[in-house]
Amino acid sequence: MLRAVGVADIDELFESVPAAVRLGRPLDLPDGLSEMETASSLRALADANTPATRLVSFAGAGCYDHYIPAIVDHVVRRPEFFTAYTPYQPEASQGTLQNIYEFQTMICELTGMDVANASMYDGATAFVEAALMASRITKRHKVVVVGSVHPEWRVVLRTYAASGNIEVVTCPVEDGVINPATAAMLVDDSTAALLVSSPNFVGHLEDLAALGEVAHAAGALFVVSVNPILSGVLEPPSSFGADIVVGEGQPLGNPMSLGGPGLGFFACRQAHLRQLPGRIVGRTVDVDGRGAFVLTMQTREQHIRREKATSNICSNHALNALAAAVYLSAVGVAGLESVGRACVAKAHYLREALLATGKFDAPYSAPFANEFALRYTGDAAAMHAEMVRRGFLAGVDLGAIDPGMDGLVLFAVTEKRTKAEMDSLAKEVASL
Amino acid sequence: MNPADLRYDKEHEWVRVEGDSAVIGISDFAQDQLGEVVYVDLPSVGDVLAVGETFGEIESVKSVSELFAPVSGTVVEVNDELDSAPESINSDAYGAGWMVKIKLADPAELDGLMSSVEYDAFVANEA
Repeated sequence: MLRAVGVADIDELFESVPAAVRLGRPLDLPDGLSEMETASSLRALADANTPATRLVSFAGAGCYDHYIPAIVDHVVRRPEFFTAYTPYQPEASQGTLQNIYEFQTMICELTGMDVANASMYDGATAFVEAALMASRITKRHKVVVVGSVHPEWRVVLRTYAASGNIEVVTCPVEDGVINPATAAMLVDDSTAALLVSSPNFVGHLEDLAALGEVAHAAGALFVVSVNPILSGVLEPPSSFGADIVVGEGQPLGNPMSLGGPGLGFFACRQAHLRQLPGRIVGRTVDVDGRGAFVLTMQTREQHIRREKATSNICSNHALNALAAAVYLSAVGVAGLESVGRACVAKAHYLREALLATGKFDAPYSAPFANEFALRYTGDAAAMHAEMVRRGFLAGVDLGAIDPGMDGLVLFAVTEKRTKAEMDSLAKEVASL
Repeated sequence: MNPADLRYDKEHEWVRVEGDSAVIGISDFAQDQLGEVVYVDLPSVGDVLAVGETFGEIESVKSVSELFAPVSGTVVEVNDELDSAPESINSDAYGAGWMVKIKLADPAELDGLMSSVEYDAFVANEA
């Protein structure tokens, strides 16, 4: 390559840089490795972690071990998708735009909303963007978030609130769910939105119908975060008057990957389209009348609206969104329902099996879906560590995330878990 | 070139005085500069406009511009047709493309606006 551009060595490329600012010595880097040596080195690093293929996982809390059909990787690993960056002349990448458009359409179908964006970084930031959007729409600055939302999402919300654009008020949790009457005392005519997630952090289903009414009675927007893997078995948030629906899309065809990259999805009612953050792909016809995809409604974005843009995001998680779209295409409507049923049925089976060991108490009685919390009668952290040694990820020790939840263990069950695995978990825990 | 019965401001808005009210829109030069208008964000009846301050926004396919009040007053009528036909601003900037009608707060402000002759010259200089 040096010969092709007509220089003798790499130093010649830097000759125009003044000598006074040049380093003047070689960089202190080790010699390059061959592909074989590099692969071996990376494998050794990776082996320091235990993948879900070697641990039977009952851990959730926002990141789940669902089955990823082989076709997902087959499509996602195509170099046209895998290594392509966000197109800045988007109309030149019709295939990329089409798959985002399909993803957006699927999100609308799952959530019952009218329009969805091209995706955001993760559920947490999508959740916060919904709060900011509600503030812009209502011209109010207070948001009420329920305390049963994932604690890490609420930390992200507080990070944004520190900018001074929104004030965050938290509705306390009662018996693992939100009491609509309590929320009603906090939601008033200075509230931009009531922010809820269902299932909530400990797996319970919230009373969305009542909470939606609380929000609307005060003229606030109703923002609901959902787990899309349950869309085949739970009523969509649109049935409860949701104005904005967000969530973490990782369960759809995306691996856990030690917690990321995530997939934030964001959908809203048609009336609020102009305040939607993020990129949106639209479908139109070109000058010759042929169908085409474009990035649309770009006047919301910062490259046109600058400081008045709906968000500073100018990208999306295209590869994760593609994986989700391929997953949904592969399982289909019936398949998604069947996955949801399996998760819910198995979670209910496991809860009974664990309670039967006598090593757990049930702190809550509220209805749940694919996830539930139990109180361990001994040292939860020690139990967890020993279970890892025995080949199980025995839920998530909530005390490690939130000191107020010390002793609680959150178990998630996906369609991948077999009856034999669940019986084994119960048996091992019982023997501790 | 531009209708003689209207008055104009430096932000390319026009004003048609009707008794103690005024109808406001953007000039032909402005619509041409913007390109195809796709959306207009207008105030509501009852809103108060202050001369020189923004009262709305106008969007074309790849740009957004603010609308500045050429005179002060209270909005009494808004052209709702622009919701479904924003392109009227391109095809008929002085007629069907009208935006708001206001009750004038201070008719003396009209003296600060340009006549059509002055506006033609102003545009010729800008271009």
